This record gives sequence, C-alpha cells and structure tokens, in this order.
Amino acid sequence: MARVESELGTRRAAFMKWIDDRFPFTETMRYHITEYYASKNFNWWYIFGVLAMVVLVIQIVSGIFLTMNYKPSAEEAFASVEYIMRDVEWGWLIRYMHSTGASFFFIVVYLHMFRAMLYGSYQKPRELIWIIGMLIFFVLFAEAFAGYLLPWGQMSYWGAQVIISLFGAIPGIGETLVEWIRGDYAISDITLNRFFALHVILLPLAFIALVFLHIVALHHVGSNNPDGIDIKEHKDPDGKPLDGVAFHPYHTSKDLVGIIVFLMIFSAVIFFAPDMGGYFLEHANFEPANTMATPEHIAPVWYFTPFYAILRAVPDKLWGAVLMGAAVLLPVFLPWLDRSRVRSIRYRGWIYKLALTLFVISFVTLGWLGLQPAEGVYVLLARIFSIIYFAYFLLMPYYTTIDKTKPVPDRVVYHG
Amino acid sequence: MADAKRRLTAIVALLASGLAFGATDIELEPAGNDPDNVNSLQRGARNFMNYCAGCHSAKYVRYNTLARGLELSEDQLVQNLMFNAQKPFETIQASMRMDDAARWFGQPPPDMSLIARAKGTDYVFNFLKGFYLDPESPTGVDNRVLPGTSMPHVLWELQGFQQAIFTEDENGNPVFDRFEPATAGSMSAEEYDEFARDTGKVLQCISEPIRSTRRVLGVWVLMFLVVFWIIASMLKKQIWKDVT
Amino acid sequence: MTDDVSDELDRNRRHFLTVATVVVGGAGVVAATIPFIASLKPSARAQALGAPVEVPVGNLEPGEMVRVMWRVRLVFVLRRDEEMLARLESTTALLRDPESAVAEQQPEFAVNQYRSLRPEYLVVEGSCTHLGCAPLPEFQVGPADDWYGGFFCPCHGSRFDLAGRVYKGVPAPTNLRVPPYRFIREDVIMIGSDTGTA
Repeated sequence: MARVESELGTRRAAFMKWIDDRFPFTETMRYHITEYYASKNFNWWYIFGVLAMVVLVIQIVSGIFLTMNYKPSAEEAFASVEYIMRDVEWGWLIRYMHSTGASFFFIVVYLHMFRAMLYGSYQKPRELIWIIGMLIFFVLFAEAFAGYLLPWGQMSYWGAQVIISLFGAIPGIGETLVEWIRGDYAISDITLNRFFALHVILLPLAFIALVFLHIVALHHVGSNNPDGIDIKEHKDPDGKPLDGVAFHPYHTSKDLVGIIVFLMIFSAVIFFAPDMGGYFLEHANFEPANTMATPEHIAPVWYFTPFYAILRAVPDKLWGAVLMGAAVLLPVFLPWLDRSRVRSIRYRGWIYKLALTLFVISFVTLGWLGLQPAEGVYVLLARIFSIIYFAYFLLMPYYTTIDKTKPVPDRVVYHG
Repeated sequence: MADAKRRLTAIVALLASGLAFGATDIELEPAGNDPDNVNSLQRGARNFMNYCAGCHSAKYVRYNTLARGLELSEDQLVQNLMFNAQKPFETIQASMRMDDAARWFGQPPPDMSLIARAKGTDYVFNFLKGFYLDPESPTGVDNRVLPGTSMPHVLWELQGFQQAIFTEDENGNPVFDRFEPATAGSMSAEEYDEFARDTGKVLQCISEPIRSTRRVLGVWVLMFLVVFWIIASMLKKQIWKDVT
Repeated sequence: MTDDVSDELDRNRRHFLTVATVVVGGAGVVAATIPFIASLKPSARAQALGAPVEVPVGNLEPGEMVRVMWRVRLVFVLRRDEEMLARLESTTALLRDPESAVAEQQPEFAVNQYRSLRPEYLVVEGSCTHLGCAPLPEFQVGPADDWYGGFFCPCHGSRFDLAGRVYKGVPAPTNLRVPPYRFIREDVIMIGSDTGTA
C-alpha cells in the first residue's frame, strides 16, 4: 500500500516537473495562492473583492448564453428578449441572472470601494491598485450603460438618448461627437448594433485585462488590512509574515462561506423578486422602445442615480455634465488627496470619521434623489448633497492634515 | 367620514403601488389579486379571449403555455379558449388585422403580453373600471387612468355606462372625485369588479408565465445553499483553529 | 488524551469536512450547469416551427417530385410511376442495405422494398447520410451501366436508388432517412406525425 502511494507520488512529481520546466505552474500557484500571505484579521468588508470576481463569472457565463438567443436589431431585440424569457428552456433563469448580476455588480463594487476608503487601501504603496480599480469601475459603467440599451425597452431607449446627449454639452464638437457615438441622427438600430459589439466584445476584454492587472498589482504589494499595518515588517525566520495566513486554505475557506451567503441573497432576488420592485428591472422597460413617446418619469437604473442627481442639480447643460464627470473622476485622486499619516479609520481622528460619514450619507441620498422628479425641494437637496460630495474630496488635503490620529499598534489586532 | 375613508384607501393604494409603479400620478384602487387562485385565472382567461383578444394580441404568449398556467388540459384549451388559432403552440394573435385597427382607432391596440408587468395589475383593474361618458370624445367615453384613450368602452354591456364627477382643486383644475352609474349593465358592481380583477390576473400570469415555477425552485436552491453554508462554515472553523 | 490523538482526530475531521465541501459544492456546480446546457435544446418556438407539415400530393404527376421543409430539413416527396417501381428490382444486388435492416433509418412501416407506406409515394429526407449534403435527383437510367435512376450526392459521390437505398462502394454508410409521416387524407401526407396509418 505504502509502496503504491510512493510510486504514485514519484510519478506525480515527475509529471509536475515536466510541466514546471515548461510553464511556471507550481511557482505561480505558490506566489498567488498557497504562499500568498494576507492578514489574518480580515473582517467581512474584505469579501467584496472576491464577490466581484464571482459576479464577473456569473455575468460572463450568463452573457454568453444570452448572446446565443439575443438579436441585436431594433426590429427584433425586444422580441428576442421575450423569446429568451418564454420560449428558451431555462432562458428566464439565465436572463434574470444577468439582469440581477448587473445590479449586484454595482452593489459589490461600491462596497469594495468603500472598504478601501475605510481602511486607506488606496494609500502608498497601493496607488496603482486603486487607479486600475477606478479604470475597472469606468469600464463597468460603460458596460452597464451599453448593456442597458440592448433589451430595447422604453427605458433602454430614452435612458440612452439622455445620457448620450450629455456629450452634446461639449462646446464646439458636441453635436458631431454625439452623432459619431450614435452613428445616426438619433438612437437607432445602428446604435444598438454597435453597443452590442461594445457590450459583448470590447468592454469585457478590457474588463478582464484590467482585473488581471488589478490582482497582479495587489499580489505584488500585498493586501492591506483593517489596521492599515504593513504585515511584512514582522516575519518569522522562514520569511513568512507573522500576522499573515496563506490565501489557501485559510482565506479560501473563509471566502467560500462569504460566497455562499452572497449566493443566498442573489438567489433570493432571482427567484422571488427579479424586478426588485422596479429597481433592477424597470417597469417601463417592459414596453418596447417607442421613438415617438418618452415615458412620463425617466430615471436611470439605481446605480447611476447618484451621479445623475449631481447632473440635474446644476441648471446648465455644460456645467451639469462637467460636474457629473468630475464626480465620477475625483476618486481617482484619493491617494494624493489623503494626507493622513494613518491608513485605517480605526486610528483616524473624529474629523475624518465625520467626513466619511457625511460622504456616505450624501452618496446614498443623491442616489435616492436621482430617482425623484427634478423639482422643488429635491433640487435643493441635490445641490446641498452635491456640495458635500465634492467637499469630501476637495477639502481632504486640509482636513486629513489637521485631523488628530491615534497611535498605530505594531501588530494587527486579532481576537482568535 | 366617507371622504376620509376614501382618502385612506387612496393612501394605502399609493403606498402599496407607489414604490413599484411610482411613474403614474393617478391614484389606483388596489385590485387585491390573489395570484395563486386558479379559478380566478381561468375566468380571467375566458374574459380575455371573449372580450379582449378580438383586438388585442398577446403575441409572445403561446396557447399551450397559457393552458399550463391555468392548469387546463389541451382539450379544454382548444374547446374554451382557442378561437383565433389552429394549433395549441401558436401565439395569441388578435382576430382583427392591425393595419385595419390602426386606421379605425388612430393606432393599433397595444399588445397585452407584458401590460401587467409594465403597468401593474392595479392599473389594469382600474383601467377596466375607469371608462366614463365624455361627449367630446369620438368614442363617447374617456378613461380615468388613461385620459384620451382611443379605446371604446367595449365592456359597456357588462358594466353599463358611468358618469365621472369632478371637483376643483385650489387652482381650479378638475380633480376626479367619484363615478356615478348612468345606465345599468348586465353585471352588478361586485360582479364587474370580479370580472376586472380576474382579467387583470390572467394578464399578470401571461406577463411572466414562469413566476410560480421560479418561486418553487427558489426554495430548493435556498435549502441547498443553507446545507452548503453549514458544511463550509464547519470547514472554515476547523481550518482556522490553529490561527492565534 | 495525548496531543497526538487529538491531532489525529483533527486531521480526520478536517479531511472529512474538506471532502464534504468539495462534494456538496461540486454537486451545486453540476446542478447550476444544467440550465445552461438545457437552454441549448430546441426552444418552444423551434418545436412549434418543427410541427408536422401537410403536403398535398393530389396534383403530383407520376414521376414528379416536390421538395418540402420539415424541421428545417429538406424532404423529398416523389410520386413513382410503375416503371420506376419496376426498376427497384434491378438495383437490389448493387445495394448495401436492400432490406432496410438499419432500423434508425426509417419508421417500422417503411421496412420494405419500396421504403414507403404506399409504394407509389417515396418520402425521404434530402440529406446524404455521409455528411449531410443535399443529394440531386437523377431519375433517368444511365449513362453508367449500373445507374437505374435515384439520388446522387454531388459532394462526395454517394449514390442512392429510387427508394433512397444506398449503393455499395460509396462514402454514405446507410440508406436515406425516411421521416415519420402518414396520409391524413387520400391525397395529403402529413410529415412528422408517425401514427403509421395508410
């Protein structure tokens, strides 16, 4: 028995050697998985990166299967989605996975970004991870926007009409640019066709490439932790960080639990509330696009609404578009706006805690305001919270300098 | 008192439907549908085929899919519901030609496959109850929830005609107050309510035929995930035991 | 209890839990692939479009053939005259499967010399059993001395006689397939419905 095992062992070792001489398999596995050490005190905020990967896989797989039945033409798009929902076996499940996945992508990514803000994960030496992450976020925006046109419902059509018209605000080239994006004098079959190409080919390729870079950069620097401490400063004689545990099996077993909890919530939405009360699948989008009549109240899907509210808060086409663009772009500069000497919220003073709280309140409220009609008190509120949103970023160099920080411990805080 | 009660109903209705269908500004009376009542569904399907399918298609719906939702056999389907089609797998088309319809009514009658999902069952219920006499309209009627509709009151024989009573708000704009019957139909008010409710229900059923299936399947999926979660949690605990 | 024993217990427990997680998780992944794989089957629309088709054969002259589509497949309906039927005798020795022994290639009712419900009407799928090209009808005799009329596949030279039976020495392995069909009236064939009543 023992001899058989050892013989098998030798054969396996010989096979692995054959592979490793030609491809750095064992080395890669060690570097990224079995000997990638991340802090043992990760809390649940650290699940969202993994969950974003899970959603990415769900979107790619369900997307491929939707593409097999979807028809990217103004004549047939709406009907082909209903065909998927009704005539294709299990098509409804695949479609709900994809539509629910779109919303969950943003939920997970917004929380992932918030985690970075909580624990200063964008600070030196992780600036590039953050910037690549922001690029992923922009691609996700484009991907969601292009994808939303594809069902060719009323909201698809008029939402795209409004957002593309934004580019018309650019002085001089605006109108030409808008026509170039649409490829026609209004949103049409031509626009739908090219958005389909972007949605299923260009943007996913860019997305996957950026995710790859994001992880390469992360594993080069090492993961941050809730204490914002560099765990590589305390190593055992073997060079293994004392406060780190191997990604596999420690973090993998922990992440699996988180993934299952996520799948429970995800399934609950798919099977019991796929419309999510009109937030994930807007009711007006069950009417085919009608180029002659705009729906009464037009609001983008919830994940765009914070920025949409900022756009509408400004009573000027050009400046509205500029401020909205600025609101999306500003977080890119966080690593240089934040002058604090500590990373984690745990050791920051009350000023940053207050600033971050106000930021979260303003972001959520703007999201809600983006769904309300742009009139009366809503406009006023949108202006107030837009100012708070911008103040969080623009005043950051100042308030993070004067904020009184607490001493950071030597080793991470972990209660076994 | 009655006014206060009506207002309360309106508020409840608004709360119930307002979130989901925030788009419409018109107060809707809740239809109170019980989505799992098959009898009501079957009545609704009969109503739809007898009174609606002459002009309205449901072009994404196949007769046999509908029959499955109604728990009807193929024979029952053919005998009771299939007036415009030859084969059970055909989709539900209107008997009227759409270009004729467009000429007569100014626009073709909309397809009904997704109307309940786009507008809500309360909307359908209120629409069917919302026709009132309007001498200025070419059809002689207007509708409270879809003002200016080109649809005539095809259900007048059942419901009869009604007058709409409007009051004025502080700016002098007319505000709908209530309906008062003008002529009697063959149905009592309660019977007509049930008719409208059943019809709304079948429209909801065809707007998402998979609805009941997905909810049954969802329970199984969640039960599986709970089991998986328990095992994975135990494994995680075991692996993390030696981390101090 | 010594440390060794408790270590051993821990190892066993961990091994058991790892296996359990992999098995349950694996089952979940397999279950999750079912909808995706099943979604590739013919949809309700494909099934509806693949419903039986009716072919009126009343005005078909003897010797005349029509092409019809059933389930996106080409079907030949040939009305054979007496002379054509007689020619079927001449080919028998040249054929690979003259008795229609390969059961999948025709319904029970067509296991006969004519490979049809009624000798007069031949109903075969116009899809060569080699690689699926559409054979050409070549009903005249000759010029090759072993050619008694039938179907010739231009792709790779497979030959079939007037009953769709394959010749020896050609790439096609079996006879042309006879779809399920029946006569719903004296002069109307319904293809795709196989209650084989004449």
